Amino acid sequence: MADDGAARQLDKEILSPKPGIQSPAEGGGDFQPRIVGFLCNWCSYAGADLAGVTRLKMPPSMVAIRVMCSSRVDPLFVLKAFLAGADGVLVAGCHPGDCHYQTGNYYTRRRFALTLKVLEELGLEANRVRLSWVSASEGGRFAEVVTEFTETIRKAGPNPAKTEVFL
Amino acid sequence: MAKPKVAFYWCASCGGCEEAVVDLAEDLLKVVDAVDIVLWPVALDFKRKDVEAMKDGAIAVSFINGAVRTEEQEEMVKLLRKKSGLVVAFGSCAHIGGIPGLANFWDRETIFERVYKDVPSVRNPEGIYPQQKTKVDGVELTLPEFYDTVYTLDQVINVDYYLPGCAPPPDLIMNAVTAILEGKLPDKGSVLAPDKSLCDTCPRKDSKPEKLSIKAIRRPHEVIADPEKCFLEEGIICLGPATRSGCGERCINANMPCRGCFGPTKGVRDQGAKMVSAIASILGVEDEDKVTEEEVESLVKQIDDPAGLFYMYSLPASMLRRKRMG
Repeated sequence: MADDGAARQLDKEILSPKPGIQSPAEGGGDFQPRIVGFLCNWCSYAGADLAGVTRLKMPPSMVAIRVMCSSRVDPLFVLKAFLAGADGVLVAGCHPGDCHYQTGNYYTRRRFALTLKVLEELGLEANRVRLSWVSASEGGRFAEVVTEFTETIRKAGPNPAKTEVFL
Repeated sequence: MAKPKVAFYWCASCGGCEEAVVDLAEDLLKVVDAVDIVLWPVALDFKRKDVEAMKDGAIAVSFINGAVRTEEQEEMVKLLRKKSGLVVAFGSCAHIGGIPGLANFWDRETIFERVYKDVPSVRNPEGIYPQQKTKVDGVELTLPEFYDTVYTLDQVINVDYYLPGCAPPPDLIMNAVTAILEGKLPDKGSVLAPDKSLCDTCPRKDSKPEKLSIKAIRRPHEVIADPEKCFLEEGIICLGPATRSGCGERCINANMPCRGCFGPTKGVRDQGAKMVSAIASILGVEDEDKVTEEEVESLVKQIDDPAGLFYMYSLPASMLRRKRMG
């Protein structure tokens, strides 16, 4: 039953920014946004793959995390990504109606809308999170989404939350 | 053999936890027989210097209720930690921040402005706010610092056990006291309450349909809830799915939905985030293939102040701990 303590210990680790995903801006130089992308296995991850094999150009700003379904993305994952120093978080899944599990992306859609409201209330910038639908055949769209989102984040600047002790 | 020494202390709390101790009724006499109370500001006249005079570890167990929000509270709990073998975070505020933790949606400046200036019942045209140091007739008076952020007890000192609840129910208090006296305690860091969700023990559990779907959100003051039906089925947000059981379902039995005072179950890091997931999962599930993005937004918009609702008791213990002040 000691896992409450363990959870807090884990928390301490999470709360300290990871050197791995700090933006190079902290070392001087131009600000390069770092985005954590949660991509669903069946559509968006395949779409990202397609963008890669098609050799489409896009900024190297996103760290991809493959999830079996976009509805796997707990609001906590989004918070954790921000606390660990991400400048933006992208959640991408199959188009509505195309979910491999029939209704998973409907869950994602509702959950994302509610998460967004909570994040805003807690003083985090809503434009740093994005939900996009990318199918397995839309390599081009994937490259567009990443490019667009990277530009949005570049304009918004580094995530202020990561330099604050409490966040 | 000398009786074990016990201390009770309160920080940022309402006093309800002290009531909970008194609610032990005649069992309180058994406790008093078995232990020696060395500090209990609400009931007994012991002072800080009495605690300071004790040897380190001389107090067997300190029950501390309330969150930590001032310098004085921080000093006192650190002192009690030094002098105590065990520290039990007593009640929601010490455990997860509690209602005082909602102050983490603001900071000192905005709280002072509201409380000492803006509230309609206050007239303060000079904008006089409490100061840490004030000179009166050449004498310097001091007040403890009021922090921007409310902390849970375990963010300030090491805590051995947690007794959840606003306030903890007498049976759980008695179980904890008995376990301590008999030395039959679980692993350190444990929450001394059952590890089930409230829905699991809810008396209305059987009325919950197989698939819940909320179309319209209703707030408790807008409807008279059916005393038999699951609150969520009626569209009233209840934090039961993400809250630990053990409270005796006091609110449910009074026909009010759960607000999460027991905190999350074991292993859940952020009660509010879990609640976001849970509620979003059951919002407007019927005919979802025909629902547009705008409709999803208007569904979600029905929830007033979602962060304040889902983190009602647990904001300081959440991942973010507080609102980011722009």
